[in-house]
Amino acid sequence: MSQHPPRDKRDPLARRKERHTPPGLRSSALHALSARAAAGRFVLQSCQDCGAMTYPPRDACPQCWGELVWQDQARGALVLCETTIRATTDLYFRDHLPWRMGKLALDAGPTALAHLHADLKPGDRAEMHLMLDKGGNAALFALPAGGRPDMDDRQWREFTVPVKDRIVLVSDARSAVGRAVVKALHSAGAGLIFAGMAPPARAADLTDEWAGLDRVQTLPFDITDSSLVAEGISKIAGPLDIVINTARFVRGGRNLVDQKRMMDIAVLGFMRLSGACAPMLAGRPAGAFVDLVSIQALAGEVGFAGYAAAEAAHLSLLQSFRHDMRAQGVRVLSIFSGPSDDEDYQSVPPPKVAPARLAREVVEALRMGREISCVGEVASDAMERWLADPALFVREKNL
Amino acid sequence: MTRTRTSYDGVVLCAPVTVPYERYSSQTAHWWAGRALRALARATGFGPGDIDGFCFASFSAAPDTAVGMVQHLGLSPRWLDHLPTGGASGIMALRRAARAVQCGDADIVACVAADTNHLDSFRQTLAGFSRFSQDAVYPYGFGGPNATFALITDAYMRTYGIGREHFGKLCVAQRRNALSNPLALMRTELTLEDYLRARPISDPVHLFDCVMPCAGAEAFIVTTPEIAAARGLKVARILATIERHNAFPDDPVQLRSGWAMDVDDLWSMAGIGPEQVDMLQAYDDYPVIVAMQLEDLGFCPKGQAADFIARTGFEIHGDLPLNTNGGQLSAGQAGAAGGFQNVTEGLRQVLHQPLGAQVPNARTAALSGFGLVNYDRGVCTAAAVIEACR
Repeated sequence: MSQHPPRDKRDPLARRKERHTPPGLRSSALHALSARAAAGRFVLQSCQDCGAMTYPPRDACPQCWGELVWQDQARGALVLCETTIRATTDLYFRDHLPWRMGKLALDAGPTALAHLHADLKPGDRAEMHLMLDKGGNAALFALPAGGRPDMDDRQWREFTVPVKDRIVLVSDARSAVGRAVVKALHSAGAGLIFAGMAPPARAADLTDEWAGLDRVQTLPFDITDSSLVAEGISKIAGPLDIVINTARFVRGGRNLVDQKRMMDIAVLGFMRLSGACAPMLAGRPAGAFVDLVSIQALAGEVGFAGYAAAEAAHLSLLQSFRHDMRAQGVRVLSIFSGPSDDEDYQSVPPPKVAPARLAREVVEALRMGREISCVGEVASDAMERWLADPALFVREKNL
Repeated sequence: MTRTRTSYDGVVLCAPVTVPYERYSSQTAHWWAGRALRALARATGFGPGDIDGFCFASFSAAPDTAVGMVQHLGLSPRWLDHLPTGGASGIMALRRAARAVQCGDADIVACVAADTNHLDSFRQTLAGFSRFSQDAVYPYGFGGPNATFALITDAYMRTYGIGREHFGKLCVAQRRNALSNPLALMRTELTLEDYLRARPISDPVHLFDCVMPCAGAEAFIVTTPEIAAARGLKVARILATIERHNAFPDDPVQLRSGWAMDVDDLWSMAGIGPEQVDMLQAYDDYPVIVAMQLEDLGFCPKGQAADFIARTGFEIHGDLPLNTNGGQLSAGQAGAAGGFQNVTEGLRQVLHQPLGAQVPNARTAALSGFGLVNYDRGVCTAAAVIEACR
């Protein structure tokens, strides 16, 4: 076990700070926008008949009453005017006053209200991002165009999950992907990483490249074992900001013993882990739960039928967990990938995703607060086809 | 192609009443509406059986509308209207009721706006206000109307070079007008220094740019000259009205509003010009909107409000008496009743039945309403010119 810096301890008698979320009521059309923002897209509605762009989301074109469809748009915009809000009746924003927002003329056509990066002022060019707020709903955020804006911006941080100096648990750090995730978090400046290692300890653990790193602490942890999960969480003891679930068990074929283990990790293991860490994440100012999910969860897959089934159940639970955690302001991020380039997918030909690439995407998803990410060609292609025509996609994956 | 509009002959306005405002009230909108009808009855002698037209505006009567209100208050009107247009509702009530009376669909229309203000009403009214607000305004800091008008004020100041001291002059004059109004909620002297030094609420909007939400009710009667004469009521007639919604939707920021589309129609129908009215009762939810009305209603050219404000006196004895009861900024904003007080106050002044000081020799009044921030701007505008019948 490596040394790590002493952690601040919370005053045990202090009243815990309650976390609020921004106002959450939205129209169905805005939820449709959020669903696209969740995947990092910048979209607006355009009219199928006259091509007019519109915002805020509507149910009919205001120019010709034609049908509206979502379309990716240019991100450029011009700041028209601004205000700094210093009084509000909303509990979330009261905790974050003063709050700057403004109105922008989008290059795409409409004008829109947006959160303003501290460096932006009227007359400036901006780059628009559709972010998810703490309540999980889409919100426009204007960053300075070009250059390298300060990503420590106080308001921007509310829409992202900062990694620097924060405390992270990686549920399985022994797999190739798990090791890569620990390394990527370390490079991103995580304050302390608990690297979960299922007992018994192995000789190879001692020679791991990050075994000697500061800010990394190994932790006996196994999400198939309720008592080890409880013990592990109690050993972390202090604040826990981010949990990354890297645990998985991948087998092809229809062996029932394998199947039981796959279900135990992907389904019951997820439930043990998410249940145990939810209360800890809920108390944190920017808590997040990141889960690595196989893209096979979308539609099943011949050859990996049992694993795909376990992952489908895993994804289903993850989506409900996201809903549960929204009220607490905790982000739940899904990282979809196809076969990884490691021992789990030895039988599968390329293209495969390098574990380091997957790990980079975990850090990137946190950095952008992105709910849905697809890593690699296999996952991106599958997601695109599934969104376009799910019935056809299911048929093709199971021909 | 433009048809000549029918005049409002055969219609009069009378019996302006204000139910004294309260900062907070544990009563309901129904109670306030009842108080308004009782005040109308005292002023006119009309009972529930006499009133055959009812026009109602409120934000806090839920789950009831005008329908629930007629049964609640024992009315059996043959003409009914519910106006969800807030700050524009007073003038819209006036012009709708006028046509109903003129055409014989109703004889005596009670126009009533009533709103209560519970401790948490303001927050709750905001929370469910409109779909665009929910989707595209509240998530951005939840500054309420203060933030929306801060953006408009910011853009207006940048575009036309108007300063806070100009807005301040309007607020200070209105406060001075409020000093003689026993019903105004804010009746301590306000100086320009006080105004300029006030704490920022949503820059560049500061404390004294904001109205104070309160509970209250306003009402008036629209009827025929004959019926009013039989009751011995002082009356005024309507020279002209306009109304417009969602004007200039492509303007990126609201620097002008619906009045600008219809201003020529207003003054040509009235047969007089803005320089001939004895007062302006403007909608004053944020002074930037007052400045906009001065321009868009033709009191000064567009972009020259700063100049006009600097050289005009807005007190009751000034060149252009403005919001002579103190306006919403000093009297209080009782929800939808805030959109009625421009009508009741204008009517009181031309009938020489003031709450406080009387505008000398007042005979005509321009009334203006502005309502409903659905998203990034006020959507509804309306204006009227009235004249006392002597």
